[in-house]
Amino acid sequence: MTKRYDVVVLGGGIESLVAAGYFGKAGLDVLVVDSAETVGGTMVTTESVPGFRFDSCLDSAGFVSPEVVADLALAHHGLKYSPGEPLMVAPNPGGPALRLSADAEATATSLKQLSPADGEQWQAFTDRITGFARLLTDIYRNPTPRPGEGGAGDMISLLRLAARARLLGRVELMEFLRTFPMPVADLLDDWFEDDLLKGALGVVAVRHLALGPRSAGTAFGLLHQQVGAAAIPRGRPIISGGVGHLAWALEVSARERGVEFRTGTAVAQIGVTEGAATGIVLDSGEEISARAVMSGYDVQRTFFNLVDPEHLDPEFVAKAARIRYRGVAAKVNLALGELPDFTGLNATDLHGTIVLCPSLNDLERAYDHTKYGEVSKRPALEVVVPSVSDPSLAPEGAHVLSAWLHYAPFHLRNGSWDDSDRSALGDLALRTLQDAAPNIANTVVGREVLTPLDLQTRFGLSEGQVFQGEVTLDQILFMRPVPGWSHYRTPLAGLYMCGSATHPGGGITGQSGRLAAAQLLRDLKKQVMRT
Amino acid sequence: MTPLLLNTTPFHERTAALAQGHAWRRWAGHTVLGSYELNHDREYAAIRSGAGLIDVSPLYKYLVCGRDACRLLNRMVPRNVAKCQVGRVLYTPWCDSHGKVLDDGTISRLDETTYRLTSADPNIRWLTSNARGMDVAIEDVSRSLGAVALQGPRARDILVRLADAEVESLKYFRLTEGTIRGIPVTISRTGYTGDLGYEIWVAADQAVPLWDALVETGVDYGLLPAGILALDVARIEAGLLMIDVDYVSANRALIDSQLSSPYELNLGWTVNLKKGPFNGRDALAAEHRRGPAWGFVGIEVDWEGMTDLYAAVGLPPQLPATAWRTSVPLYVRGTQVGYATSGCWSPVLKKYIALAHVETLYAKPGTQVEMEVTVEHQRKRAPAKVARTPFFDPERKKG
Amino acid sequence: MTQPYDAIIIGGGHNGLVTAAYLGRAGKRVLVLERRHLVGGAAVTEEIFPGFKFSVFSYVVSLLRPDIIRELDLASHGLQILPLESTLTPLPNGDHFMAWGDHDRARQELQRHVPSDAEAYDEFGVLMHHMAMAVRPILDMIPPDPASLSPGDLKSLLKLGKHFNDLGPERFHTLHRLMTMSSADFLGEWFECEPLKATKSASGIIGTFLGPRSPGTAYVLLHHYMGDIDGAFRAWGFARGGTGAISEAIAGAARAAGVEIRTEAAVEKVMVERGKAVGVALEDGTEIRAHMVVSALDPKRTFLQLLDQSLLPDDLLDGLRRYRYRGSSGKVNLALSELPNFTCMPGPGAHMAGAISISPSIDYLERAYDDAKYGEFSRRPFMDCILPSVIDPGMAPPGKHVMSIFVQYAPYDLNGGWTDAKREAFGDAVIDTLAEYAPNLKSAILHRQVITPKDIESIAGLTEGNIFHGELALNQMFFLRPSARWAKYRTPVKRYYQCGSGTHPGGGIMGASGRLAAREILADWGVPS
Repeated sequence: MTKRYDVVVLGGGIESLVAAGYFGKAGLDVLVVDSAETVGGTMVTTESVPGFRFDSCLDSAGFVSPEVVADLALAHHGLKYSPGEPLMVAPNPGGPALRLSADAEATATSLKQLSPADGEQWQAFTDRITGFARLLTDIYRNPTPRPGEGGAGDMISLLRLAARARLLGRVELMEFLRTFPMPVADLLDDWFEDDLLKGALGVVAVRHLALGPRSAGTAFGLLHQQVGAAAIPRGRPIISGGVGHLAWALEVSARERGVEFRTGTAVAQIGVTEGAATGIVLDSGEEISARAVMSGYDVQRTFFNLVDPEHLDPEFVAKAARIRYRGVAAKVNLALGELPDFTGLNATDLHGTIVLCPSLNDLERAYDHTKYGEVSKRPALEVVVPSVSDPSLAPEGAHVLSAWLHYAPFHLRNGSWDDSDRSALGDLALRTLQDAAPNIANTVVGREVLTPLDLQTRFGLSEGQVFQGEVTLDQILFMRPVPGWSHYRTPLAGLYMCGSATHPGGGITGQSGRLAAAQLLRDLKKQVMRT
Repeated sequence: MTPLLLNTTPFHERTAALAQGHAWRRWAGHTVLGSYELNHDREYAAIRSGAGLIDVSPLYKYLVCGRDACRLLNRMVPRNVAKCQVGRVLYTPWCDSHGKVLDDGTISRLDETTYRLTSADPNIRWLTSNARGMDVAIEDVSRSLGAVALQGPRARDILVRLADAEVESLKYFRLTEGTIRGIPVTISRTGYTGDLGYEIWVAADQAVPLWDALVETGVDYGLLPAGILALDVARIEAGLLMIDVDYVSANRALIDSQLSSPYELNLGWTVNLKKGPFNGRDALAAEHRRGPAWGFVGIEVDWEGMTDLYAAVGLPPQLPATAWRTSVPLYVRGTQVGYATSGCWSPVLKKYIALAHVETLYAKPGTQVEMEVTVEHQRKRAPAKVARTPFFDPERKKG
Repeated sequence: MTQPYDAIIIGGGHNGLVTAAYLGRAGKRVLVLERRHLVGGAAVTEEIFPGFKFSVFSYVVSLLRPDIIRELDLASHGLQILPLESTLTPLPNGDHFMAWGDHDRARQELQRHVPSDAEAYDEFGVLMHHMAMAVRPILDMIPPDPASLSPGDLKSLLKLGKHFNDLGPERFHTLHRLMTMSSADFLGEWFECEPLKATKSASGIIGTFLGPRSPGTAYVLLHHYMGDIDGAFRAWGFARGGTGAISEAIAGAARAAGVEIRTEAAVEKVMVERGKAVGVALEDGTEIRAHMVVSALDPKRTFLQLLDQSLLPDDLLDGLRRYRYRGSSGKVNLALSELPNFTCMPGPGAHMAGAISISPSIDYLERAYDDAKYGEFSRRPFMDCILPSVIDPGMAPPGKHVMSIFVQYAPYDLNGGWTDAKREAFGDAVIDTLAEYAPNLKSAILHRQVITPKDIESIAGLTEGNIFHGELALNQMFFLRPSARWAKYRTPVKRYYQCGSGTHPGGGIMGASGRLAAREILADWGVPS
């Protein structure tokens, strides 16, 4: 008889690690199983080119919840952030560059060179958007309210939400309600005139969405990306050693609390008996039993790959099958022999995210191709050069550059992604970069291109969607991950979810894991009390 | 001439030629005859004395094949499909996630990994969505497969003479393959009349010669083509329910009170709570524990009572000429306790009968109720009692 | 004329007339002032070419509130709605998709294209029934102010909250999805048949500057189902005599209630004294005094043109500045010597009495939208065509026909602006596209009238040619229509009200705005509803 764990955690992504950390803290017997050799999921730093270490998938830790950092004592485990500054820059052929800084006043001053009117507006815009973001930050700290689901707890959390929303004040509350369903293009047009500024903020709003800036609801995308931020855009917290260091710290913290890890171990199935999860079966056939299973995977992978369909109710299946993933971004990692020279940007600028998107119309045109299953002819790029802040990532004098490219849809009109598509995509990214930094082509010593299909294959992200489900109005809060199952439970007793697929994912680091762990711990306690 | 806009069945060429009154009815998007003759009396009589030949091609039919065919059907329906051996047929309703009936039909096991599902409504979408993740192929054969029911005491005699198949020994709810005048057919001992009878499944392009063969041979045994009016009387006598008449599919119900569970349709016997997960199991298990709120029962209207009601206006009892399909209230001591959904004068039983939903408290056979009848423009209540179904259940049906 | 009127209604569109009729029936002395020579606004029938009558702008009756039909007894004032039961969608490959009114035929046609869609169709219908039931109370409701703490608003918000809670989680979630998703995605969950999805989703883009793949376009799918639960049999159809007949019927009801209607009387300004509206000044200098003034014009005209801006608070001015019109549709009206002959369904037939929709696929609609996003009219636009003379022979000389073609997208802000040449080029694009499906069309055209958003603005007086007095987008609906705090038909000027489609719930020929406005006005007047 092998050991029976309290909880088996599927996947070693950040949310899984956070959940495991909380279980360890509660004194449970916990096993984390990850098919990758190194934990971290989408936040891993890998030496894909000898001597060059890349944040292979996500290159920003997003908003790392302060509660999690404190609860799991991550600072003690060597996790150090330094805020990147400037936050975002955009080169401007024939004009002053766009520089967005954590200091709104500095941004305003800088913006005035592009458009005096926009400079004037910046502070008010920042106040409004960060006010809305604070509301969201508060909402994201708690399990989602569930309107219509009728429980007393839901009523209370709804009323609490209403009360919190009213704190915005009458005008701002109405503005909030008016803003989130808007196209971000309209929101930005209401405030600003400069194309470069609007283009850059537009890119932020549509990150990983199969939507263009003129699509309604993308203003919410901007608000979501602002959660936890005091400036626009939310900065990229720079973790020394790369984003992978966050996972490392979480793993160390969890191990200290007795959490066991099995990496390089793929899960074949979640065991179900009489409608309840009873453990997992590994690819090797080995069975591991547990009182509960916590899945850090997305819904598609958890239910359609790992659960025998016989155990799934058709109503749930229908809802789960409707989740939209639609990855639209590709990742390009370049090993560079020397620092890229972006025209019009200075050395400090390279600490920020460099946006290559001249205007909302350019972004919208880039999106148009997605609708018809094509890669954008002129894509929008978000570029980082992390080795500027952390020279340990590349050999001396050399650099690593990572870029997210929008839009490269998972679903191509002409079939599935293949090697030649990947290579064409890499070339496209390089051409686009070269327009902005002419020296790049000659400095590339290695490159890694991850198409949405690669993201699916390598990171287990359905359709290459890094948020484990598009973050759109119909797939957030009580609708996430599956309507009716927004509190981390699933129709199978003992099976829980904690990944970005759940509220308040994606890009909100640690909250899903924390809230999911709390739910499972409460349920386990109830079980103990009953028996 | 305006082209016919509805579907026709594979037998249409023959049935249309026999339509004495052009009494066409719609059935699942097809045009079929209510009765061939000007009224259906002789057609009904044939079903109960000789044989009725009924075109049932508008039924939806699906082939479910593959390694997981059994798992799929077992997941979908409350009966245990795993127990259905090759050559057997089972009748079953199926439910949504909340244990409410979506549709009902038969499942025939054609070979180890092939089943045929028949249904009143289209089910391709439902089958496909239930099959997610399973190794199974689903084929809609509704239009490529014709079906004709041969029902009545002489049905066996006709087939034994005509078919090159094991008909003589074919037991109730079994099927066999064979040929009729060289036409490959599947013969199942099933039907919708509650009588001895068979349903013959044939490729659509062979339907007409099959019809001819059955009619030519059947003449000697009192065979008559019968329309759906005659069928309707027979199925009420047999206590067999009908979708959209006796219950509303959970897919179409607009309010909760329109929904029915198998228990509420007197189909509790089809629900196997122990066989493993299936759609609606949790809800059905809960309903089983607390007991269903409604029963689906037979009603026999008291003849004396009817006579009295009509005598009061100076008329002999007036009986419906065909089966009715309207909702008729049922009362106990002045309070409504249910409603009848179909009813008819049973020529074979000489009784006025109906199928009805009543609150469980009143569902016991023998319970005295009153059924609303309209006597010369006035609403009256005729005494009636709850009766066991089938009303008519001849030995020969299974024998 | 010494005695002032009780109320002056500015604008004789259908909403203005509805408000007037209700006020008249409450015993008020009401004067309606219409700039043009006929009432109806965008719901007018005009004999554009001798013998050929057109519903010049708006062409179908969608959701005319049954309460209005009943309360104003519009049938007795001549309203007759003729059925518009089928929709033909011709396909480029010579096939077609036909949405029939008859259930069996509809199912048969779906089965021919995608069998599982036939099954989905019924389930979808039940779902939409529930959603329509969930939304209907909102259409007939004065929007509460969610930021307000007044007992009235709180009560109304709680009522709304209870209504949604009573839906139960399943329906609430569906409603949430319907309100936030794109019509393409929402339909894609149910159907595979491209022309079905495209034709249905086309209703979601009308009057907005969005494509079918943009979130916020799904809820309009409800409109087709609203009619069924309204108890107004055949609420979806066209009016005998054209949409002008609807306006005439409402005007008739208003006149019967003592309302005076004056045409060719353009209002220049609302006269305001000590913060109160006291009457109007006409363009010809005439001043007419009244106890109150109601504007049925769109928000820009109601607030920014008829009033001195100094009377308006900053938040309203800001809201109006950001309120979006962006007319995106045009109209082509044809006088035909014979019926168009569609290659996919040759000859005359029942399909001629229904709508004909050029919407073969979602991609087609998106591509049409792509042109418009960057300032061009769609080279191959979405078109919704009807031939009223087939059912209503009075619309054209015997044997001849009128064809009404609604066209999207035609952006108001065309690159380089609209000119006569551009208008004709737009008309040509419409005819060329349609002629691909009905080759005899070009030779059958006796006359054509091409209407751009600019023309809608100048003729019907709708800002930027938006047929709904402002986009029907989520951020411009309910308590945000036309602007936060001013969604209850009142204005910052006392005794000055708004009742046009720029107020909740807006939309096509519904009349709900006019009726709700009348209810609020009468409440202020102390008249119990």
